[in-house]
Amino acid sequence: MADNSPEHETSAAEGAYWRENIRLLVTLMTIWFACSFGAGILFRGFLDQFMIGGYPLGFWFAQQGSIYIFIALIFYYVVKAKQIERKYDLDD
Amino acid sequence: MDTQTLIYLFVGASFALYIGIALWARAGSTKEFYVAGGGVSPVVNGMATAADWMSAASFLSMAGLIAFMGYDGSVYLMGWTGGYVMLALLLAPYLRKFGQFTVPDFIGTRYYSNAARVVAVVCLIFISFTYIAGQMRGVGIVFSRFLDVPIDLGVIIGMAIVFVYAVLGGMKGITYTQVAQYCVLIFAYMVPAFFISFMVTGNPIPQLGLGSTVNDGSGMYVLQKLDLVLTDLGFTEYTSGSKSMIDVFCITMALMVGTAGLPHVIVRFFTVPKASDARKSAGWALIFIALLYTTAPAVAAFSRLNLIDTMNETSYAEAPGWFKKWEANDLIVWRDKNADGKVQIAKGDAFKGKPEFTDGAGASGERVVSNEAVADNANELYVDNDIMVLANPEIANLPGWVIALVAAGGLAAALSTAAGLLLVISSSVSHDLLKSTFRPDISEKGELLAARLAATAAIFVAGYLGIYPPGWVAQVVAFAFGLAAASLFPAIFMGIFSKSMNKEGAIAGMISGLVFTFGYIFYFKLMVDPAMNVADNWFLGISPEGIGVVGMVINFAVAIAVSKMTKSPPVEIRKLVDSIRVPRGAGEAHVH
Repeated sequence: MADNSPEHETSAAEGAYWRENIRLLVTLMTIWFACSFGAGILFRGFLDQFMIGGYPLGFWFAQQGSIYIFIALIFYYVVKAKQIERKYDLDD
Repeated sequence: MDTQTLIYLFVGASFALYIGIALWARAGSTKEFYVAGGGVSPVVNGMATAADWMSAASFLSMAGLIAFMGYDGSVYLMGWTGGYVMLALLLAPYLRKFGQFTVPDFIGTRYYSNAARVVAVVCLIFISFTYIAGQMRGVGIVFSRFLDVPIDLGVIIGMAIVFVYAVLGGMKGITYTQVAQYCVLIFAYMVPAFFISFMVTGNPIPQLGLGSTVNDGSGMYVLQKLDLVLTDLGFTEYTSGSKSMIDVFCITMALMVGTAGLPHVIVRFFTVPKASDARKSAGWALIFIALLYTTAPAVAAFSRLNLIDTMNETSYAEAPGWFKKWEANDLIVWRDKNADGKVQIAKGDAFKGKPEFTDGAGASGERVVSNEAVADNANELYVDNDIMVLANPEIANLPGWVIALVAAGGLAAALSTAAGLLLVISSSVSHDLLKSTFRPDISEKGELLAARLAATAAIFVAGYLGIYPPGWVAQVVAFAFGLAAASLFPAIFMGIFSKSMNKEGAIAGMISGLVFTFGYIFYFKLMVDPAMNVADNWFLGISPEGIGVVGMVINFAVAIAVSKMTKSPPVEIRKLVDSIRVPRGAGEAHVH
């Protein structure tokens, strides 16, 4: 980018890419928060009345489920982020 | 072959393997020393990260901690895995794109200030040394338990091994030894877990076993039975826990954010070829970590059930072999308070403090401690947390080679973490302090030599702390996370996601977060009477373990307020942030 003006401007493609990336991050971090702090801690008492096998549901989220969801979130982001970068021709 | 010979054989063979790898993967340049040349594949780096991450505490103590904490143990399970989501989504790819060698490098460059760099180095050294002293002690303890050598000699042997592969191989040597160490430690953890799960539930997969019925014909689920057995003995339910919700919330958050801010973890993501590889690598790391972290709660529940089933109301004379073996190793104490010759388990401490053994034997032949008995409860049993993993193979009647494997696994876990920490300490000294701040004209060869000398010095300091652990080490080792959460994480995060964050804000934020968190921990852990360290006296009911979250909020608030009142960062920095944000053009790690 040949940008010699004192006020640096981000290119349009980079700006659009970044906004879309942030939207994706907000969604994924919301799920991250909901499964661990939400289901595993804040709403555990309510969820524990349901069972998943021999696990009370809230307890399962706290000691098993949230970890599996964490893994899924990262790999979903790996795929999705790549797509966004390709769309704006900014991938590595 | 007897078990002791097997242990020597397994541990000796694993050490030979690590040293062999180190000789093969010697570092020839600073780039190889700091970031393994920058060409490590995401899967290999994920595995190395997992070994780097899982310390002696994860391997030996975590299952035992969860066994006695029940639901409250979830803070470790979620806290020490959830941080990888933050790493993969919020930090790792951008730091990799930035492409330098260390965390202070990023902070110093992004905040265009050597002062910021030095503050970051101070935070890093503080965090890493609190962490590493515990690791060296762990190495010594594992040695003394399995190989019958004094703890101090164990620390020295551990120092020598780490010296060979960290000083010779740098990040390159460490990466490949960590891969080998991961394989050893995960195999050692899983084999006994399969057997225990099969023994208790009939299902060999521990993650499924914990959700299955107990294999005793009662048709009860494992957790149901555990709740029942524990409430019968006067404990709170296993699935309920006793910490307050806000404290569980804050500890989990502090551990997660702390994980994402720990320099020895972050630096592993500088070793992959591309920004997108950093994301993948964090995913792989979490898979490898999750294997152990989803097994640990199952091991915890099974062992707690087993311990009570086997030992409650059992006479000492009929106690199984492992009970007496680990009693001989100081990890189990039975104090026959009601003099009936039988072991009773109940809520409360059997006696005050850590056991102080005396020479005599009790009426049933048990070992005697001089500690004052606690009279207001019926509990007669003291059990060290580590016992749950250590005694597993014997409880499940597994052959001697499995016990030998657990010994090698525990050592692998402790050594791999110690080596990773030593490396970030030495590179921050040779690269951030020497090359970037005080001696910019130093040659490549000189810097490499300085890195090796710094690693050597760090090993000696760590070894000294392991042999003469100052009181505060045991007290604050878990707080490395709170400090990382309150100091480094916000500075890195805002460096990427905010273009208007300037050096004044970042420095003020880091210092206020660190000072507040350290002060709070110091006050409750070292200054006041331990009886004062209770929820009533805590700020908002948040324990020192979770206070890093408040420190982090303070860091963010101070940084934003100060940056609003001072000059915004120069144009080059805005350009730098733009270039960090897009993956295109991430070369290999290099000096700008």
